[in-house]
Amino acid sequence: MRLTCPLCGDRDSREFSYLGSATLSDRPADDAPFDAWHEYVHLRDNPAGPNAELWHHVSGCSAWLHVVRDTRNHQVLSIRLAEEGA
Amino acid sequence: MRLETGGLIDRAAPLGFRFDGREYSGFQGDTLASALLAGGVRLMGRSFKYHRPRGVLSAGSDEPNALMEVGTGARRRPNTRATVQELYEGLEARSQNRWPSLAWDAGQVSDLLAPFLGAGFYYKTFMWPAAFWERVYEPLIRRAAGLGRLSGKRDPDACDKAFAHCDLLVIGAGPAGLMAALMAAEAGARVILADEDCRPGGRLLAEREQVDGAPGHAWAAELWDALAQMPNVTPMPRTTVTGAYDGGTFGALERVAEHMARPPEAAPRLTFWRIAARRAILAAGALERPVAFPHNDRPGVMLAGAARAYANRWAVAPGRRVAVFTNNDDGWRTARDLSAQGIEVAALIDSRAGVTPPEGPWQLMTGTHVTDTRGRLGLRAVQTRDGGGRHRWLEVDTLAVSGGWNPALHLTCHMNGRPRWNPAIHAFVPASDAVPGLDVAGAALGQFSTRGAMKSGQYRARKALEALGFEPPSIPVPNAEDTPPRLSPLWQVPRTRGRAWLDFQNDVTVKDVALAHAENFRSVEHMKRYTTLGMATDQGKSANVGALGVMADLAGREIAQIGTTTFRPPYTPIDIAALGAGADGRGFAPHRLPPSHAYGLERGAPTVEAGLWHRAAYYPREGETHWRESCDREARMVRQAVGVCDVTSLGKIDVQGTDAAAFLDRVYANTMSTLKPGRVRYGLMLRDDGFVMDDGTCARLGPEHFVVTTTTAAAGQVMAHLEFCAQCLWPQLDVALVSVTEAWAQCAIAGPKSRDLVDGLLDAPLGAFPFMACGEVSVRGVGARLFRISFSGEHAYELAVPARYGDALFRRLVDRAETLGGGPYGMEALNVLRIEKGLLTHAELHGRTTADDLGLGRMVKPGSIGHRMRERAGLSGRWREQLVGLEAVEPGARLNGGARLVAAGAAQVRQMDQGYVTSVCWSPQLDRYIALGFLRDGRNRTGEVLDIVDHMRSGAAQAQVVPLPFFDPEGGRLRA
Ligand SMILES: [Zn+2]
Repeated sequence: MRLTCPLCGDRDSREFSYLGSATLSDRPADDAPFDAWHEYVHLRDNPAGPNAELWHHVSGCSAWLHVVRDTRNHQVLSIRLAEEGA
Repeated sequence: MRLETGGLIDRAAPLGFRFDGREYSGFQGDTLASALLAGGVRLMGRSFKYHRPRGVLSAGSDEPNALMEVGTGARRRPNTRATVQELYEGLEARSQNRWPSLAWDAGQVSDLLAPFLGAGFYYKTFMWPAAFWERVYEPLIRRAAGLGRLSGKRDPDACDKAFAHCDLLVIGAGPAGLMAALMAAEAGARVILADEDCRPGGRLLAEREQVDGAPGHAWAAELWDALAQMPNVTPMPRTTVTGAYDGGTFGALERVAEHMARPPEAAPRLTFWRIAARRAILAAGALERPVAFPHNDRPGVMLAGAARAYANRWAVAPGRRVAVFTNNDDGWRTARDLSAQGIEVAALIDSRAGVTPPEGPWQLMTGTHVTDTRGRLGLRAVQTRDGGGRHRWLEVDTLAVSGGWNPALHLTCHMNGRPRWNPAIHAFVPASDAVPGLDVAGAALGQFSTRGAMKSGQYRARKALEALGFEPPSIPVPNAEDTPPRLSPLWQVPRTRGRAWLDFQNDVTVKDVALAHAENFRSVEHMKRYTTLGMATDQGKSANVGALGVMADLAGREIAQIGTTTFRPPYTPIDIAALGAGADGRGFAPHRLPPSHAYGLERGAPTVEAGLWHRAAYYPREGETHWRESCDREARMVRQAVGVCDVTSLGKIDVQGTDAAAFLDRVYANTMSTLKPGRVRYGLMLRDDGFVMDDGTCARLGPEHFVVTTTTAAAGQVMAHLEFCAQCLWPQLDVALVSVTEAWAQCAIAGPKSRDLVDGLLDAPLGAFPFMACGEVSVRGVGARLFRISFSGEHAYELAVPARYGDALFRRLVDRAETLGGGPYGMEALNVLRIEKGLLTHAELHGRTTADDLGLGRMVKPGSIGHRMRERAGLSGRWREQLVGLEAVEPGARLNGGARLVAAGAAQVRQMDQGYVTSVCWSPQLDRYIALGFLRDGRNRTGEVLDIVDHMRSGAAQAQVVPLPFFDPEGGRLRA
């Protein structure tokens, strides 16, 4: 699998590490109810299809990337810097 | 036997080799299989399960039978396909899976037991008693059924891993692949042209048909050479593309030096390539399939295309008297070519009635089947049955069989593509777009004629070039053979008795498939697993489609309705040595060495791993015979005088920005924004689930500049986490992070005389430098950073200099320490000192402990990561296991890390478990073993005596719960 880092270009997936769902960027407010925190910390969708997720270009530029990947075939549908927001 | 003329061999270059101890000779250009056939050897192996005598079936990498051990000593490679192994001078080959010899194999008794050894035999028989499986059945079965033996020695040759990039990867250098590569090369694309053979041409190497008036192999060689001259083309001979992966990545195995006795100096034996290709064309050709009929596995029965490959390419007569059995026109060529080479072709047997095969010096038998064979160690006769049902025996020593050709579409299955049955050519063809960016051309697509393959290669290349943005050139297609194949399917010869093989390597017969069907294993996948068909090292290249045909016959349905076949990487077996190239020994993981490493080696210091770092464990002195002696001395030395320890491996992260303080307030559980410049604070990091992630120190060098430290093992994780926080959670904060672990060498100077040592070293007097101060200093003109922090409980400093001065600094510090009655100390003493002070490492911060468990709950403030979820019920309170100190009751008693805690006298069972020991040491200060551990409600149990239970190691002991730290609880020494 290959990912195109917006800063570094087309790279082998082994330069990246995978964190998980991009919902990890949507951290609840400090005083949000426990249910919201429980969902943020523990619950993940497991779609057969496009999934927004976070990858870290750890052996490259250190950018965190927001990647939409089709879990059925690893096709990468979009990549942007995570810090650029939705 | 070797033919007088012809063949792509160099008769001026004879090569001597040995097989099972006997001397043979061949020529440059031979494979081991062709040279053995030339030497009259037909018996080349024993089958996996029944130990049936076997000869060579194919002439390529699909070979199921002729597997051998090649090479001697540590260079012995088992399961080498003789059809792929190029001959070299001095090659040593041995047959395998036989005892005592290939001709007299005791294991063939299992062939007599065959009626009892059918599909599912192992599943049904070796069930009871369960305990017998490991001790009796498996060793027994493994001894009886096996492939080659590993040498058991370290591989003396190196393998390599490499990466390549291209616009177009062309897989296979036959007619289709060569045309595709030529198109792309002329268009200016970067082309990699890979072929598993040592010469280009693919099927052309084995045929007599001409291309543009020249022999096909000559046309291929000329084109290959021309392509190799072009700067944008990388030809890769002896390279098998083994797998298709996501994103246009392909795995490929290059056999760099397996065609010689040993690799040339500094060259690898194998190279495993990862090829990143923007587009790819699969032009892997087609593989011939056999026909199932009774005793079709005898040495001398081979594929028709292989028989004429041996005659045409290697000038080898596969036998003295040959019969051809075919269900298609292509098989006719074998009769024609063998006869043209002067080999006696006794009969051309065509299963089809009403066809008119070519006339020749052979007996024509149409509408006729082969129904049985004879010959114990090699074929002697075949039985035929004509359309009228009349049987007769025909004396031949070789039977060339063709059941048609299967496109070599394996790579198109590697990403879940399912081949499609094409009833027009009676073969599976690749699903379109099965692998993104991969097109299929030529025989791999079912275009079986030479010219058809060339046109197909050209067409697919044009499409690929257009997709890549190149202008496709206009190139004429050479004149070549262009006859469409005609075939009438024949999977098994009907109405026969006797075992008819489908999978030669795993010994699966038509009867086994029928049994699976009768026992209701009717899905293809179930049948495969029940019979093991297609699960040998050849992945059923010659077996799978035939088995589907037999299943279709049994079910009375079409193959398309029965299911499809699939293949997984690798296309052909890959040595683990190639996949793991460079990753053995020192290459297994990165070695990170601290600046004092050279000094440690000089002092004979053994190293201990901390994460990827190899740190000095202790520095033995003359006369010390046990690590504990050295460790105890070093620990006392620090408490009494001064010690120097290399702490470079601790993670160091530079944090800068106008919002750096606000950022650190969020990522640390405790507050950092109130820290004054020039001061250091202990910091605790939680995860958002409320558990502790790591701890360390945070030094404020300026209003917007901090340096934080992490534990050695968690440095990478913490850095990634902080980047995540900065980029994903709070991108609006102005903060920048850089890992500076490698930039600074850092040494701890600890002990009552540490101030003397440091003060004398600095270019300016130290002055007042209170506990938890930090600042910039100068050492011999080198800018350095000084921190008054302690991991030992002593008055201590950490001094950081740019990494290139680390070795010099460490030596200077040790020299000065020694004049003060001190010296270096290693990880063992460092551990003793911190346990005596109750300080934490990842033995305690193991991912399941909360701040409250550690007694640090009051540090956590609202708004920080982990603050919210740590409030959950269950994460604090008396039922939690809390950090405690433990002291051995008996002075001589030993405590073990990992031991469990139970109340004194309680039953030592899981239900009574009260906690566990995380860190232990023998304390020179307390003159006994002490430990850190987690005990249920531990903070309320001071003074209680517990049993220490360790069922894994000997040494029951008792320990008393004591308050932490064990030593200097007021911290007077720290602040002194
Ligand atoms: Zn990058």
